[in-house]
Amino acid sequence: MSKNEKPKFAMYWADSCGGCDIAVLNIHEKILDVDANFEVVFWPVAMDAKYKDVEAMPDKSILLTLFNGAIHSTEHEHVAHLLRKKSKILVAFGSCACEGCMPALINLSSKKDFFDTVFTTISTVNPENIRPQTSVKVPEGVITLPEMYSVVRTLDQVVPVDYYMPGCPPESHQIAAVIDLVIQVLQGKAELPPPGTVIGAGNSTVCDECPRKRDIKKIKKFDRIQFIEPDPEICLLEQGIFCSGLATRSGCEAKCPSAGSPCIGCYGPAEGVLDYGARLMSAVASVIDSTDPVEINQILDGIPDPAGQIYRFNMAGSLLQACKDAWNRK
Amino acid sequence: MERITIDPITRLEGHGKIEIFLDQEGNVANTYFQVPQLRGFERFCVDRQVEEVPLLTNRICGVCPEAHHMAGAKAVDAVYHVNPPPAAKKLRELLYSAFYVTDHTTHFYALAGPDFVMGPDAPVAERNILGIIHKVGLEIGGKVLQCRKYGHAVIEMIGGRKVHPCTSIPGGLTKGITEEQRKEIEQMGRWAIEFAQFSLKLFNDIVLGNKAYVDLILGDIYTHKTHYIGLVDENNKINFYDGKVSVVDPDGKRLGKYGPEDYTDWIAEHVEPWTYLKFPYLKKVGWKGFVDGKDSGVYCATPLSRLNAADGMTTTLAQEEYDKFYKTLGGKPVHQRLATHWARLIELLYAAERWVELATDPEVTSPNFHTIPTEKPTEGVGIVEAPRGTLTHHYWTDERGVTTKVNLIVGTTNNYAPISMSINKAASSLIKKGTVVTEGLLNMVEMAFRAYDPCLSCATHSLPGQMPLQITIHDADGNPLEVLKQYC
Repeated sequence: MSKNEKPKFAMYWADSCGGCDIAVLNIHEKILDVDANFEVVFWPVAMDAKYKDVEAMPDKSILLTLFNGAIHSTEHEHVAHLLRKKSKILVAFGSCACEGCMPALINLSSKKDFFDTVFTTISTVNPENIRPQTSVKVPEGVITLPEMYSVVRTLDQVVPVDYYMPGCPPESHQIAAVIDLVIQVLQGKAELPPPGTVIGAGNSTVCDECPRKRDIKKIKKFDRIQFIEPDPEICLLEQGIFCSGLATRSGCEAKCPSAGSPCIGCYGPAEGVLDYGARLMSAVASVIDSTDPVEINQILDGIPDPAGQIYRFNMAGSLLQACKDAWNRK
Repeated sequence: MERITIDPITRLEGHGKIEIFLDQEGNVANTYFQVPQLRGFERFCVDRQVEEVPLLTNRICGVCPEAHHMAGAKAVDAVYHVNPPPAAKKLRELLYSAFYVTDHTTHFYALAGPDFVMGPDAPVAERNILGIIHKVGLEIGGKVLQCRKYGHAVIEMIGGRKVHPCTSIPGGLTKGITEEQRKEIEQMGRWAIEFAQFSLKLFNDIVLGNKAYVDLILGDIYTHKTHYIGLVDENNKINFYDGKVSVVDPDGKRLGKYGPEDYTDWIAEHVEPWTYLKFPYLKKVGWKGFVDGKDSGVYCATPLSRLNAADGMTTTLAQEEYDKFYKTLGGKPVHQRLATHWARLIELLYAAERWVELATDPEVTSPNFHTIPTEKPTEGVGIVEAPRGTLTHHYWTDERGVTTKVNLIVGTTNNYAPISMSINKAASSLIKKGTVVTEGLLNMVEMAFRAYDPCLSCATHSLPGQMPLQITIHDADGNPLEVLKQYC
């Protein structure tokens, strides 16, 4: 089979940090399987980006596109539409594309508040109170910038998505397994899962993968990780640490709790969960060992930033999505 | 007025864009290097529990989350006025040294190396890491992969994860390492020293042994006489994790050193309406625009800057290379930007040596890796030297340890003005009276850019060392006359 007859593969980053691409490169020699089985037509981090070539391609001519990053600007949205059109299988790859990830916490502020904060920090000298503009007249002419939206969106809020691959970033062994599966499908040895499936992850929760010992969870106090020396063997939540494992999808091998750090929820909602934050909050509430409203309030004071705790990765993908001002494009 | 647009990785990918305007004679009147994206970490890291911020800021950059995690860790230590135990500091620096080895290796072999090993005028198809493998031998590809594997193994052992480490908290770490892990880390570090020496020998043979390359490095086109900054220890030797920031002027004279708490006395940021990124400069000298020299506050923060701002290295092998560097290039400071690639390899060797030093320190296996904070949280600054420049994190909190304000001056941002100036100079040298040296312009602008290893929203990382560029030449009415492109 000549090189051009191989199925085409693409990977793209929108509003992302590059960690998803690094995770793919961290599959090490497995990357050679990608090269052997696919023609990589578009992957800005790892090869020359033939953007014009993508535009010129027939629709649906790319077999598999892994799209990472959320949608935060006019440019991100444009490329999302383009790659949807050109790809047979479009995967929302990583937390940003699936659910918005941390950058979607900006949805809790208006765009004005966001820009005002960045351009008036303590080290910023800005006597004319300048804010960047999408079109600026400089002495030599006019230059433009793409518009930043007031709300960060998930990929499937902009275009239809075939599969979801969660994680911040997805773990490399999961990426390798998905690549193996697609290769088997190409060889007629396996079938693709139904559209809409979450791939490269488990169907239970992080707690089910966690090596820490679990008993009955009943707590009188939430503690912060810096203020205790947690027992290395016992469930962190039982020790009062706000751990997100019980609402979070499995698939990461419970890396953070194994390293003494609570799960922060990067694999997103567990199977069947509609709103991650609501599920996490109700799960955490159920471990509070009190029926006295005053005492319950005192216990909850141990979580001073509930929004940041429960929607750390999931703000864009939540039922709330954004604060009113951001939603109204202020 | 005629106008040229260079659109790296194409405009629609949102990762950097260059506009070149010509004057009536057809010479370059001005250039604008725009960063078309803003993510708002300074805003959404506010109202958060402060121990979370080193996890949130990891996500500024998936290529160098270790740097953000470390600057954040030092900032939260400072917020709680807590001094982590020696084992925690040493383990953090050990992780950081392994990260530096991985990061500098990736940059040299995949990004910058092709220009030198293959030559800036080698056929496009060969100017990538595969070209290097063909020229130097297949085993080199394996070594680069091995180096990345080892680096990430250490990062995961200490940091809990390969990407976005999670173990640094106010007062230290959530975990230590076992003696078995220490031994493994030591072995990998010894391999890394050999690999760094091999890399320097490769540079020596291929680049320094070739007069044409040496002339290219020493030529005026890539030279800028700016101030330099870099983190140093109490003896003014380079350290990536801790110390004070040394500031030297274009003559190499040290203007002073600042600790994290004094950074606002030294560094300020200028705003332009045509880009989302700010331009840091030396506050005491002032913002005078995009110009070289002692009177301009423009400074540079790169491997070359760090060598210029320090008095040397703490490790034996790296110090030998440091001496050779200045002897070969005619003394301190070195202003030629292409020498940054050589400086990066000297830092690679230092990082590998430091990796072994720390891995053989008996204290790193101590179970005492966390000090519980006892003081009220207030405000704190953490500074580390990220591979792409001095990284400053500043957090303010209320008494519950919830952030009320956050300020970040990120690695590449330091170099925004000098990168803009380097692009301007390369363009001005290659566009004369409307004659555009097409291939030369594309290649030389790329090389000007790449010396800084820019990481704008991590976006300009293009591993095979190819930056897609598109240049559109417009007439006075803005109509496109000609389109030049490369890799796009």
